[in-house]
Amino acid sequence: MERFQDIDKADSTVIWVKNMTKKFGKFVANDNLTFSVEKGEIFGFLGANGAGKTTAIRILCGLLSPTSGEAYVAGYDVYKQSEKIKQSIGYMSQKFSLYDDLNMMENIRFFGGIYGLDKKTIEQRTNELIEKFGMQDMQKKLIKDIPLGWKQKIAFSIAVLHKPKVVFLDEPTGGVDPITRRQFWDLINETAEMGITVFVTTHYMDEAEYCNRVSIMSEGKIIELGKPKDLKEKHQVNSIDELFFKVARNVNY
Amino acid sequence: MRIILIFLKKEFAQIFRNKMMLPIIFVIPLVQLLILVNAATMEMKSIRMVIVDNDLSMASRRLASHFLASKFFVIDNYMSSAIQAQQLMQDGKADVVLCINRDFEKQLLNESSAKVQATFNAINGMVAGIASSYIQAIMADYQAELIQSGRYNRPVSIGVAGTNVAPAQLNIQHRFWYNPELNYKCFMVPGVLVVLVTLVGMFLAGLNLVREKEIGTIEQINVTPVKKYQFIAGKLIPFWILALIELGVGLTIGKLIFDIPIEGSLFLLFAIAAIYLVIVLSIGLFVATITETQQQAMFIMFFVMIICIMMSGIFTSVETMPNWAQMVNHLNPAYYFMRVIRMILLKGSGFKDLLFEISCMGIYAVAMLTLAVRKYKKAVA
Repeated sequence: MERFQDIDKADSTVIWVKNMTKKFGKFVANDNLTFSVEKGEIFGFLGANGAGKTTAIRILCGLLSPTSGEAYVAGYDVYKQSEKIKQSIGYMSQKFSLYDDLNMMENIRFFGGIYGLDKKTIEQRTNELIEKFGMQDMQKKLIKDIPLGWKQKIAFSIAVLHKPKVVFLDEPTGGVDPITRRQFWDLINETAEMGITVFVTTHYMDEAEYCNRVSIMSEGKIIELGKPKDLKEKHQVNSIDELFFKVARNVNY
Repeated sequence: MRIILIFLKKEFAQIFRNKMMLPIIFVIPLVQLLILVNAATMEMKSIRMVIVDNDLSMASRRLASHFLASKFFVIDNYMSSAIQAQQLMQDGKADVVLCINRDFEKQLLNESSAKVQATFNAINGMVAGIASSYIQAIMADYQAELIQSGRYNRPVSIGVAGTNVAPAQLNIQHRFWYNPELNYKCFMVPGVLVVLVTLVGMFLAGLNLVREKEIGTIEQINVTPVKKYQFIAGKLIPFWILALIELGVGLTIGKLIFDIPIEGSLFLLFAIAAIYLVIVLSIGLFVATITETQQQAMFIMFFVMIICIMMSGIFTSVETMPNWAQMVNHLNPAYYFMRVIRMILLKGSGFKDLLFEISCMGIYAVAMLTLAVRKYKKAVA
């Protein structure tokens, strides 16, 4: 972990976290987290259920305040500048979070609007999306009548509609079929290529292979952090899946 | 401002897509007005009366016929046994027993003064009280008739024993201002309208917000740079408009079906309703911010609403409540609006007459709205 001691808040660093701790009463959800994420990176945040991933994401999105430690997102302090952070991030939560009783266009117009995009920009980006996904016939359908895989793609598109510096994806592919998952990761790659940093949590260890770097969390601590390739070499395993079982087992699993 | 408009557009899209909305807007006021106004009447139309006539004279029959002619009394039994009459009351078959003494006519002729006895079943105190006042009114009528008939040279008086009112020697002419026919509906319709807008305002807005918590969309809003006041405004304004429309629908029904008077300015009424609605909507949204599920919110809002409405003077007069209750009522928004709506509709009160109520409601609205905005948290600690 030494290499993180001397991190400075350089322009290229989008997320900078040092000794961040979050306690709920006596329960320590995040224990002394230290890491940073660079611009355009796909950063995988792995861990079992209850490892503290969602808590960390919620802190970085300004939905929660940390108990101690430091954290900066897009150059803004999570303690004092959470509203500024919100302008610079996109967020797709674990729970499906589009309005079920609105159609795709209405959802896009609403969220685009509250991020302060003007009508023209919204229309333009919507058209790009529709063309890219071939969603012409879904435009007017209510979200509740659209299959989950499509919903997730739409939710993702909305999360990056305002071109944020970083997008947080909290288990975006949960319950989605393998083909759609694959397509979803293509989307993530495209987004990262556009310079948007992607911070993603997942249960699917095969997905971790697509990340530039991954961290593995267990019981509130980050127990491994690095490039998938390096981590596999370090532990002499063939996949992140194996790695996960190996390191997670060391810590009482 | 643009953000608020975007919220309104979204809320209205959702509201009109909700199939429950049309019934809520039109059916609820109709049903509430029809049922509550007709059922919760205090006019007693069929008080069951037993007349025990021990005199069986011209005068006593004449008196009885006055009761028979009244639409308020149903006289099932005309008898001469007080014990039997008592039994009827015991069995719950009579509300009032009117007992005419044997010497009724004689006393009238000789002493120009006679008494009858009325016994009330006071299990329902309200019925007894109302019946008592009806009886006195009829007795007064009868007395007037006796005097006019000229058969009695001296002033005549008959009184009802068993009521604590002295024999009516004076001829009291009642005139009921603002509701001359004492039409209970004129009193009830405005009351039900208050219930209506309170219900629609508080519940729809509050539940809408909690629903967003339940399905998780609020989290998606909370990670956006939307300001708290923009969000609250986006939740408040749609239901504020809906509730005002609802008031319009209710008033129309009241006018068409019950022909309630509209003496004052409708514009003033709607302006004050607008202030009142800011209060109740803010209460609803405040409750929504401190609860997590629709059940919790519903329970608290019901609790608040029932107290507010019951204390507001919808059925019972606020002036007869104990002092502490009247003090408490100054914190009750429904109390002010209940007064205002009746004063405007029945009495034709204007802005100046209502200045006190309007100021109180204005302060209340600002305070409650501030509280709702403050309490809404985009981040949890």
